[in-house]
Amino acid sequence: MSLKRIDLLICCGSGCVSAGALKIKEKFHEVLKEKGISNEINIIETGCMGPCDYGPVMVIYPEGIFYRSVSPDDVPEIVEDHFLKGRPVKRLMMHDPKEQVLSTQKDIPFYQKQVKVALENCGYIDPESVDEYIATGGYEALGTILTTLTPQQTIDVVKASGLRGRGGGGFPTYMKWQMVHDAKAEQKYIICNGDEGDPGAFMDRSLLEGDPHRILEGMMIAAYSIGASKGFFYIRAEYPLAIKRIKLAIEQARGFGLIGENIFDSSFCFDAEVRTGAGAFVCGEEMALIHSIEGSRGNPTPKPPYPAYKGLWDMPTVVNNVETIGNLTTIFLKGADWFASMGTETSKGTKVFALTGDIRNTGLVEVPMGITLREMIFEVGGGITNDKKFKAVQLGGPSGGCLTTQHLDVPVDYETLKEKGAMMGSGGVIVMNDNNCMVNVAKYFLDFSVDESCGKCSPCRIGLKQMYDIMERITSGEGKDGDIEELQRLGEAIKQLSLCGLGQSAPNPVLSTIRYFRDEYEAHIRDKACPTKVCSALMHFDIDKERCIGCSLCARKCPVNCISGSREDKYTIHQIDCVKCGNCLDVCPVKAVNKISGMHQEVLDHLNQPIEEEDH
Amino acid sequence: MYKEICKKFAPTKDNLIYILHEIQDTHPQHYISEEAVDVISDYLGLPANHIYGVLTFYSMYSTSPRGRNIIRLCESPPCYIKGSENILRKLKTLLGVNVGETTKDGLFTLELAACLGVCGNAPVMMINDDVYGDLTEEKIEDIVAKIKGGK
Repeated sequence: MSLKRIDLLICCGSGCVSAGALKIKEKFHEVLKEKGISNEINIIETGCMGPCDYGPVMVIYPEGIFYRSVSPDDVPEIVEDHFLKGRPVKRLMMHDPKEQVLSTQKDIPFYQKQVKVALENCGYIDPESVDEYIATGGYEALGTILTTLTPQQTIDVVKASGLRGRGGGGFPTYMKWQMVHDAKAEQKYIICNGDEGDPGAFMDRSLLEGDPHRILEGMMIAAYSIGASKGFFYIRAEYPLAIKRIKLAIEQARGFGLIGENIFDSSFCFDAEVRTGAGAFVCGEEMALIHSIEGSRGNPTPKPPYPAYKGLWDMPTVVNNVETIGNLTTIFLKGADWFASMGTETSKGTKVFALTGDIRNTGLVEVPMGITLREMIFEVGGGITNDKKFKAVQLGGPSGGCLTTQHLDVPVDYETLKEKGAMMGSGGVIVMNDNNCMVNVAKYFLDFSVDESCGKCSPCRIGLKQMYDIMERITSGEGKDGDIEELQRLGEAIKQLSLCGLGQSAPNPVLSTIRYFRDEYEAHIRDKACPTKVCSALMHFDIDKERCIGCSLCARKCPVNCISGSREDKYTIHQIDCVKCGNCLDVCPVKAVNKISGMHQEVLDHLNQPIEEEDH
Repeated sequence: MYKEICKKFAPTKDNLIYILHEIQDTHPQHYISEEAVDVISDYLGLPANHIYGVLTFYSMYSTSPRGRNIIRLCESPPCYIKGSENILRKLKTLLGVNVGETTKDGLFTLELAACLGVCGNAPVMMINDDVYGDLTEEKIEDIVAKIKGGK
């Protein structure tokens, strides 16, 4: 291996790949070859660097220069100016609000508040190179544990660290381990739950894709402490790259003797396999996941018995989330005290959050527990896009709830979020600006849960559908008095009676939006108006005749020919036929078309007419 | 043909999901036929109803023929907030099909998917194993045209 003067790290997480990162990599190879400097520059494909919104992104060492939104056309300029002349390309760097250039990664506010534990290597090493992983301290924790700690001592370290499950439940990790450790059985299993399906969460994907060896090593630490000799990665089929990388990592580790018999000359033997899902959100639930691995429908079954006693093929099994496992190596390398020094009383360490929605810096961030929502959304996340106002944030995906401006200074930890009606969940943070209708958003989350309900227990299967039907009525202008109370009654019943976590948490988006945005529900039901003009039945378009110049553009663009008029009389929308496509608003050159909350009088009168029998 | 695929896996029940994936992926029309179910049933010694139960439980399997390219547009809330509805409308008009249908030339099937996990680049869709993010109506035209051109 020759020494290279520049390391070019190109983010090849799924986000950047979808934005064209691989084309850029090819272009670099091409241009470098042309210039004859291929041997001076090391091109490394890394996992997710975090700021997905600015993809494709790249970091260039030794300086740590950060480039954003790079296109293949920018490559010759980077090579010529930066690599050959030593003048980094300012145009491609990040800028702060005052247009100051932020040249290196550590100057960027997005990174400044972050503490990377699970994501330590993500975006820093080549995930397909076991050498790079080992060079950054990989497999050192496992080696130390296998040669110096007993399984019980290993569990005690995790206990001291205060690590809790990062998949949503927040169950103390050591407790699951202890139960399985204490169980007597011929065979025990460890399962890494990579069936990430929460809308708005993609940290597990990034970890599996960006640092697969860390997850494998963490799984082996867990396996050693509970006495399991076999592990399964259950990864959803929507993540083909993650599946490929983990399979590769297992093969590489096997080649180095890091998997197999008598690892590090200890008595510990271990083998791992990858299992994939086939598109079922409910398989993230641990019993459903186990049934899916066994080759059955992914239906949850009542607990107890817990998987710790009767799990995969009825053997004691630990199911840990990818991110939980991703924290383990660092806990052992840096110490449980170091990990526990971050966070709050009950929630220790750091948590990876996926910032999405109407937020400037969408992407993955890892911050200490206890950070406030304000810091996370406005400092790390850069605030709301297009200078709109912050309205609400949905935490924990379809199982979580929404919080509003009044909660911006709430510390983010398991207990506080739960108390406020949201939850940590897997760490999805969906930020919404004031253009969003909360009733409509809640309906969307509910729609997801209705679709994904496995149908086994009736509260979830039938109850959620009932709630959805009410929401559908409310958003289409047919809400009636008592609907809100009925939603609350159903929601509470479903939460208490459902078999698994999906049903127990699915009513949360509706219940929390009722709690914090009741006035919006009331406006939909009572005033037949959507205050944010999102629900098409509860808003209308109108042409301001004072402004209209009679150009007829709107009439020509109308897909249902419901606009008529002339240059003299100006134009009018026939409200009853209008499909609310918004074309007229988009094309009007003088902004004479207005979007107005509420139903038009013409439509209201039409609805109140006695129904006439149709001619056949 | 189905028999050969089955034989790549040990005849144990837990391999069912893999066998189904492999059969579907290798079929030019990306689906699992009745004939395939019978072969799997024989091979694994499982009743056909168990196989149908599994097959219809998971959203990625299909029991009817589909196009060569399967477009799976994410319909989850983060993509919705970023305008996935417009993308869906565009796809429908561009391809001339509704959700769940296949184009006449057999090139595309349009489907909706629960979260694809690329929410940072919403709205997102996958075509077979490739992810396309930050979708706009113009981008959709481009992507579809490219695949049509490459056939």
